[in-house]
Amino acid sequence: MSTLEIKDLHVSIETDQGTKEILKGVSLTINSGEKHAIMGPNGSGKSTLASTIAGHPRYEVTSGTITLDGEDVLEMEVDERARAGLFLAMQYPVEVPGVTMTNFLRTAKTAIDGEAPKLRTWAKEVKGAMDQLKIDADFANRNVNEGFSGGEKKRVEILQLELFKPKFAVLDETDSGLDIDALRVVSEGVNRAHEANDMGTLLITHYTRILNYIKPDYVHVFVDGRVAEQGGPELADELEANGYDRFLSAAAQAS
Amino acid sequence: MTEQINKTEDPGVIQEILDNNPELNAIGAYEYGWADPDSAGANAKRGVDEAVVADISGKKSEPEWMLKLRKKGLKYFERKPMPTWGPDLSDIDFDNIKYFVRSTEKQAQSWEDLPEDIRNTYERLGIPEAERERLVAGVAAQYESEVVYHQIREDLEAQGVIFMDTDTALKEHPEFFEEYFGSVIPVGDNKFAALNTAVWSGGSFVYVPKGVHVEIPLQAYFRINTENMGQFERTLIIADEDSYVHYIEGCTAPIYNTDSLHSAVVEIVVKKNARVRYTTIQNWSTNVYNLVTKRAVVDAGGTMEWIDGNIGSKVTMKYPAVYLTGEHAKGETLSVAFAGEGQHQDTGSKMVHMAPNTSSSIVSKSVARGGGRASYRGLVQVNAEAKNSANSVVCDALLVDTISKTDTYPYIDIREDDVTLGHEATVSKVSEEQLFYLMSRGLAEDEAMAMIVRGFIEPIARELPMEYALELNRLIELQMEGSVG
Repeated sequence: MSTLEIKDLHVSIETDQGTKEILKGVSLTINSGEKHAIMGPNGSGKSTLASTIAGHPRYEVTSGTITLDGEDVLEMEVDERARAGLFLAMQYPVEVPGVTMTNFLRTAKTAIDGEAPKLRTWAKEVKGAMDQLKIDADFANRNVNEGFSGGEKKRVEILQLELFKPKFAVLDETDSGLDIDALRVVSEGVNRAHEANDMGTLLITHYTRILNYIKPDYVHVFVDGRVAEQGGPELADELEANGYDRFLSAAAQAS
Repeated sequence: MTEQINKTEDPGVIQEILDNNPELNAIGAYEYGWADPDSAGANAKRGVDEAVVADISGKKSEPEWMLKLRKKGLKYFERKPMPTWGPDLSDIDFDNIKYFVRSTEKQAQSWEDLPEDIRNTYERLGIPEAERERLVAGVAAQYESEVVYHQIREDLEAQGVIFMDTDTALKEHPEFFEEYFGSVIPVGDNKFAALNTAVWSGGSFVYVPKGVHVEIPLQAYFRINTENMGQFERTLIIADEDSYVHYIEGCTAPIYNTDSLHSAVVEIVVKKNARVRYTTIQNWSTNVYNLVTKRAVVDAGGTMEWIDGNIGSKVTMKYPAVYLTGEHAKGETLSVAFAGEGQHQDTGSKMVHMAPNTSSSIVSKSVARGGGRASYRGLVQVNAEAKNSANSVVCDALLVDTISKTDTYPYIDIREDDVTLGHEATVSKVSEEQLFYLMSRGLAEDEAMAMIVRGFIEPIARELPMEYALELNRLIELQMEGSVG
């Protein structure tokens, strides 16, 4: 059983207008096997939280802590976080020209596990995971994300999630830009990884529709860099019915 | 499979080499920097004059016309000014260079016949192994000024393919030399081609008869051992009508405190409908000035392909050229350059369209890091009457950090209206987002960087024979180690 703990996290970025604080004291605890959904309007800092957990250099943590089973995550390099068991399914996965998916997946798996995967079982595992995510076999020989559609990129992120078997996964708007079939396929992939590895999941989304497939244990409403309200799955239903207005006006009053 | 082995074993192997050769640490990760005990080189004369030229010619018992040509080359060399339009060459001290070093008296037919130190050198470079594994159809190994080992497969010999060192070929097949030597690159073409003509020694001669396809590459390996040595090999390749050959050369040298000079001339004659592919992976140590003239003339329907990899050297100036003299002749250059700390790679290509319906393309990829400088310099010339000719140039540069430099000098000289030209140039930096993506998948920063660089040059690496592509990837990994910091 593992725990990812975020305490009073403050994060800033540099903009043309100077330093801007995006996260203003976020606290969140995720245990193995739990599914947490973070919902909130655009610009509320959801993706900043995702990128900060993964260690993107653009985001500066000004105070607060992130720990994984007590280990200081903020002290770790980006690659060390991956090897410690954190995974970020990105909103905009980048292209890496000239590097095939096959090469990339094997290299990354080797880096994360500290040893090369067994050749025969690995090929099977990749093939099986691709089949389940309905990714065409051709993709193995294509360059990483190069020329992939938005939906294909997201499937490939979930492919990695299934193959790399992290302890905790952060899914940054994985549902955006997916049609209903793709949404189901991708959600099933997340659920499989969850079941197989007792993975803890932090699901970041605007919309409630992905929550029909990935049932959250906890829902956190994110407004203006803070968690405005927490609750169970019923909170998502309320958001579905009433939107974010209630929270937005509360935030406006507070500031 | 191979990649996995590299992953697990490489660091150990590299460390071992570094432990045994502490001097390597100082310059980075150059792997081929050991030197053999230098008996022949130590006593060689420095500087060049008519006596040196006559001495080289005399030792080789050359025909009178060659001696005359050498002397002419010397005159041109002395008369021509140093080129100042490219990299800084002002540190070359021609009087301090040893122009001819004979390392062994006799050319060997088997590796066992070579002196032990020379044999060990090639074993460490993996050349005999490539021959044993039949990855190549013929091997030439040049050590210092002369070819010390030579072998060609018997079946090729039976088909009339000639592959031998240029000195021997001049003796045994003088008719080719009277007709072609200096016909593609004239004696006074440029200062360094003139110098090569004056003091040339070694190199390969290849003749492929009509209709013969040499399916497995011929390989030459050039090694400089002596400090301040000048290596001036001269290569002449003649592909007769409808024939095909792929020739590969590799180059290494030890690391010394003072500079060496490599100034080769390569002439290639591609006859009607023949095709020649010439692949170079140049990995000279970073104290070698590599100033090379390479040119091919291509007759109707023929194809010349230059695949030119420049990883090592202090300064390289090399612009493989194709003169398209017959209709429907084709020229292609794929060039990849890697400029690390203290290196200036000034490379590119020349395409000269001299007949109608000729086509050419140049693809150049360069990577600069650690303050290195990678320049693309190319010429596309279309003569009047070369109607319906087409050329495309693509040059992409990748900068790994902010202290390195890249620049582009595309020259275009068009004297015909009916042509199609395309030119694209891009400069990119390794993006923060790419690095973040790969690192978030567990790759350390230098591994991520190496993966991006390998991907960048992949369009060229895939044109190489497998073992060379792996070698190129490995060289890049070595170059990228410690690139982060």
